[in-house]
Amino acid sequence: MDHTTSAPPDSAHPDHPQDPGRRDFIYIAAATVGAVGAGLAAWPFIHQMNPDAAQLALATTEVDISSVEPGMSLTVRWRGKPVFIRHRTPEEIAAARAVPLADLKDQAAQNDNLAADAPATDENRSAGGNEAFLIMVGVCTHLGCVPLGQSGDFGGWFCPCHGSHYDTAGRIRLGPAPTNLPVPVLTFLSDSVVRIG
Amino acid sequence: MEALSRWEPKSRAARWFESRLPIGSLIHSSFIAFPTPRNLNYWWTFGGILAFMLVVQIVSGVVLAMHYVPTTDGAFNSVESIMRDVNYGWLLRYVHQNGASMFFVAVYIHMFRGLYYGSYKDPREVLWILGVLLFLLMVATAFLGYVLPWGQMSFWAATVITNLFSAIPVIGNDIATWLWGGFSVDQPLLNRFFSLHYLLPFMIAGLVVLHIWALHVPGNGNPLGINVKSRQDTLPFHPYYTSKDLFGLVVFVLFFAWFVFVQPNVLGHPDNYIPADPLVTPAHIVPEWYFLPFYAILRAIPDKLGGVIAFAGAIVVLFFVPWLDRSKVRSARFRPVFKTFYWLLVACGLGLGYLGSQPAEGSFLTISRILTAYYFAFFLIVLPLLSRIEKTKPLPTSISEAVLHDSKPAARAEA
Repeated sequence: MDHTTSAPPDSAHPDHPQDPGRRDFIYIAAATVGAVGAGLAAWPFIHQMNPDAAQLALATTEVDISSVEPGMSLTVRWRGKPVFIRHRTPEEIAAARAVPLADLKDQAAQNDNLAADAPATDENRSAGGNEAFLIMVGVCTHLGCVPLGQSGDFGGWFCPCHGSHYDTAGRIRLGPAPTNLPVPVLTFLSDSVVRIG
Repeated sequence: MEALSRWEPKSRAARWFESRLPIGSLIHSSFIAFPTPRNLNYWWTFGGILAFMLVVQIVSGVVLAMHYVPTTDGAFNSVESIMRDVNYGWLLRYVHQNGASMFFVAVYIHMFRGLYYGSYKDPREVLWILGVLLFLLMVATAFLGYVLPWGQMSFWAATVITNLFSAIPVIGNDIATWLWGGFSVDQPLLNRFFSLHYLLPFMIAGLVVLHIWALHVPGNGNPLGINVKSRQDTLPFHPYYTSKDLFGLVVFVLFFAWFVFVQPNVLGHPDNYIPADPLVTPAHIVPEWYFLPFYAILRAIPDKLGGVIAFAGAIVVLFFVPWLDRSKVRSARFRPVFKTFYWLLVACGLGLGYLGSQPAEGSFLTISRILTAYYFAFFLIVLPLLSRIEKTKPLPTSISEAVLHDSKPAARAEA
């Protein structure tokens, strides 16, 4: 073997004296196809971690709320999370209504039954058509702990983990949580049965 | 430097093997003849201790996995059956559980040693970065493992930490759902955490190989922080440092054994002996002791995204230390001002650890904020500033001169 003439064969090829771009194009095209292929092959390995069919099938929960008297609360599980069903007392409703919107940290209703920009008035927070009831996901919007009912500085909910205070309409008033407790999609199947989700 | 002793295979079979895979000479040059500065103190034994702890955790973990069931119904009970029914199960679990704590004791000492003696400086920047990556993998592995017993603390630790990702703007909630494999912490999360908890230690082991490789290119640093200049400055790794490391390891294992056999639950939290309940959060949730300083930083910031950024930033800033500290003098022994700020940082870390265990209110919160500010100021302000203005003490001319000058004549036992 003659090792002295080991220059790349293409650079001095007599047929393509001015054509280095052709080889660059082949390199870049091959690398691009390889990268796209690797990305496509990776997707099933990433997407398998998203909720599977069995998890998605648990999407709704139906609850009979006729036995929940004023001043009582019920906690049910929906998609693995606690949902607070609170039959509020007239005092609690009055306290929530007395709060001007400007005092709220999060002024959006966070109610999936309403438009995203609906203001966080007490009417917009309560269960549609049944304003004594407050039905919301009982997961602190800070880092996911379950707040304690009828406690905190505003008589609503208090999260023991990092000290977030919610009022009697489940609106964040003090502490690190960024948003109000979310109201899930609610459908009253009858006067006493509500479907969550 | 003079040539090192070489390994010569004695038997014909060994010569046959060595010419095909020269692993014998690799081990000889890396762990036997390897020239090591003669002045290393006991703070340098923690690297070996960490390697030992990794082996302990992998061995005890593999056998625990033979008895553990990663389901929401079975996990808690299987851990209890390991404690009560499996032969020596109590020992295996207590070794693994306290081993995690001991791993962090050793790694924090190892990191603070590196900071004190400037082990991250030219030419050891890559070595330091690999070390920070190892620490990150350790943090992830410890967290994943803590979730597996599926007690109340496990469940709520998983909830709080996975919710940190929901602070990311726009895609945060999708990432949290993806991590959960559902809409809350439940079966899919437990299953994948078990899978990943089994995987990551082997990634740690792979990174440890790179860490040791990167160490063996420039060789060990030393307490004086000056370069090795001649053969007189070094000793062969074996038997001098194998025996020193082994002695340090034995003392460390005694400390470890005290926890395993006398106080196996003192570092844990009693609430984790209550099965997970997704509807009730315990009144006081705190992470394991080794995460408390970072937890205090998270809570010190009164904003969700800001808290998460500070929490992550407290580790990420370590990657940049080699470029934040431009002082040419490595060892704090010759940097009097740096030394003061360094010990303040140690106190700050301990203080944040204490505050992380306390409720986030009143003066606890105020002091957390001051200490968090100091933590970041140390790296982002003090280190760059001292590199410019500090007047350092004169360095000795060589390791051997400093060592032989300081020590008594009896120590000159070199042939």
